[in-house]
Amino acid sequence: MAKLKPQDLDKIADRMRRQMTLREGAGRARVTVHMGTCGISAGARKIMTTLLDLVQQEQIDDIILTTSGCAGLCSREPMMTVELKDNAPVKYVDLTEDKTRKIFSDHILGGKIVAEYALGVGSERES
Amino acid sequence: MNMADKSSADEPKTHRAHLLICAGTGCVSNRSFEVRDALEKEITRRGLANEVKIVATGCQGFCAQGPIMIVQPDNVFYQMLTPADVPLLVEEHLVKGRPVKTLMYIPREGEPPVPKLSDIDFFSKQRLVVLRRRGLLDPEQIDEYIGREGYRALAKVLTEMTPDETIQEVKVSGLRGRGGAGFPTGLKWEIARKSPGTSKCIICNADEGDPGAFMDRSIIESDPHAVLEGMVIGSYAIGADQGYVYIREEYPLAMKRLHIAIEQARDYGLLGENILGTGHNFDITVSRGAGAFVCGEETSLIGSLEGRTPEPRIRPPFPAQSGLWGLPTNINNVETWANVPVIINRGAQWFASIGTESSKGTKVFSVVGKVSNTGLVEVPMGTTLREIVYDIGGGVPGGKKLKGVQTGGPSGGCIPESLIDLPIDYEKLAEVGSIMGSGGMIVMDEETCMVDLARYFLDFLRGESCGKCTTCREGVAAMHDIVENICKGKGKPSDIPLLEELAGAVRDASLCALGGTAPNPVLSTLRYFRHEYEAHINDKRCPAGVCRELIHYRIDSESCKGCMACVKRCPEQAIHGKPKEPQTIDGNKCIKCGVCRESCKFQAVMVA
Repeated sequence: MAKLKPQDLDKIADRMRRQMTLREGAGRARVTVHMGTCGISAGARKIMTTLLDLVQQEQIDDIILTTSGCAGLCSREPMMTVELKDNAPVKYVDLTEDKTRKIFSDHILGGKIVAEYALGVGSERES
Repeated sequence: MNMADKSSADEPKTHRAHLLICAGTGCVSNRSFEVRDALEKEITRRGLANEVKIVATGCQGFCAQGPIMIVQPDNVFYQMLTPADVPLLVEEHLVKGRPVKTLMYIPREGEPPVPKLSDIDFFSKQRLVVLRRRGLLDPEQIDEYIGREGYRALAKVLTEMTPDETIQEVKVSGLRGRGGAGFPTGLKWEIARKSPGTSKCIICNADEGDPGAFMDRSIIESDPHAVLEGMVIGSYAIGADQGYVYIREEYPLAMKRLHIAIEQARDYGLLGENILGTGHNFDITVSRGAGAFVCGEETSLIGSLEGRTPEPRIRPPFPAQSGLWGLPTNINNVETWANVPVIINRGAQWFASIGTESSKGTKVFSVVGKVSNTGLVEVPMGTTLREIVYDIGGGVPGGKKLKGVQTGGPSGGCIPESLIDLPIDYEKLAEVGSIMGSGGMIVMDEETCMVDLARYFLDFLRGESCGKCTTCREGVAAMHDIVENICKGKGKPSDIPLLEELAGAVRDASLCALGGTAPNPVLSTLRYFRHEYEAHINDKRCPAGVCRELIHYRIDSESCKGCMACVKRCPEQAIHGKPKEPQTIDGNKCIKCGVCRESCKFQAVMVA
């Protein structure tokens, strides 16, 4: 193992940032794939795998991928919710791998909502 | 250790969830490693191994609820896990994204479970400075430490600050020794720096000896690099080239992680010669102690490190002038060292803004005894006992009344319930006859006998006295015998003034702090609970119902339903009666073990 110089600490920290972001639960964006029974049978697993691959490929360290249960609209699964920091969440429906890639580049990275795949902006009111 | 086969050396993979399972000593003894193994198996079986990462962390603090696990990024807290819970947890939370309510924390019976870590009072009311990385990283991976500000403070002092500036920063921060006495750390460093000598030593005192205390153990287990980084910074400030960690043999997990951390730091050039390429040389040796309380005292510790019998010696010369092998030596406790990097990173002013006028920063306490949430707690100096016992600790379980809090271990004292709003710092604790010590905190309820408690600590201390000073060796033993006699109902009214006289002699004529503080448990209980001593002596009565020679058990015929639960559990067959009729206890057979009282559902067993 090479001996470190002060600037090498930054390099290691950058490499570790993705893991650390996840553990703090804070990042630029939070993407939730709905994985209830309905979502899984409609192919949510493939959507999740696609997202994980994209994040890995692009070397992104501040996007949190997570799962949740059924979103309540089983007929439109697979679904995901994209929540950019300080923006209202956007729900996407009837996802495929191609649609996921477009949403990833346009919305998650680019900040532009892909209106044609979106169900709507916002979430239900919580009592 | 071969660094090449550690995953940290590779590009970290993307995961969608991290399972942070506690691998501190408390949770490990509750079999958290079995839970981890079950999780690994189940996650692989489910094909989630590439998406979900399992991380074994150091102590997360909530030891009462162990084994515990936090799922990130959801921030969901699970408790009391068993391998049998794992399939459900993986299926529901990780496959379907539905956190499992039945495995969550329930504050009080009948209340809904609390899913989020940040909503649990035990966690949300603490302020983490020393323990800021607890539960967030794998203590056996140096890259994870570096990923969270690790070794930045060291790089800063080595490249941007002179040793004198470093000492000045620690002085301004107001950091005081966390091992007990509370001596200002910066001043201590300055004395060692000014001491003439070409070779100097620094020592990390990890000889945590108070019964029930596990602060230092947990710091080393959860964040060993913070201690090492603090020591390297100290070595630069003082001009030391050799370092020692004196740790007790009975801390195997802490020792293992310390060894791994030292190896990794050496591999990275953070220990050894030419640290970070700046020309500073310093290395650390781990020295195992056999676990003697007196070794917490500096000169005894040095004696033990040199291979001599650990006995304190007269000071001066102080260790800063002539310590280990006659070299100028600076000793600080684990928690003190762990505070150093954050002071350098965040600045002395920031640190000094936390705490009270005389005591800056935070303090880690191990809160144990008759309290709902036992565990490791870090709070700003000046936090009241009430906040610790009730807000964080969740109060006394079983609807019992709080009687007091014992702080500072065997050298400390008992603080009565009437002083519950006392803000805790070094001076305030001394004013009420106790000490900060290293941070042990034992909560006592109405069923704790204060005379018995004093007897317990005296028993501990008479065994731990090194025997060098007559007052400590004979005086503590004599005090123990008197208090034990009082517990047995053989006390005389003259015992109390005799105890006070002996206490003065032991305190004034013993060389080191062990003897100097040994009378504290007696003096503080006499100060606040003298009536309990008097009840034992004059009325031959133990008000708390603890001292066996002074109590007897009886069954209240009105409340007893004749369920026979006590009859079945009595080890001496001392309870008689017909089913569904009130039972009676045969006083000649009864050994006063209290099993009947524990087993009674109707509170029919009385102690008098």
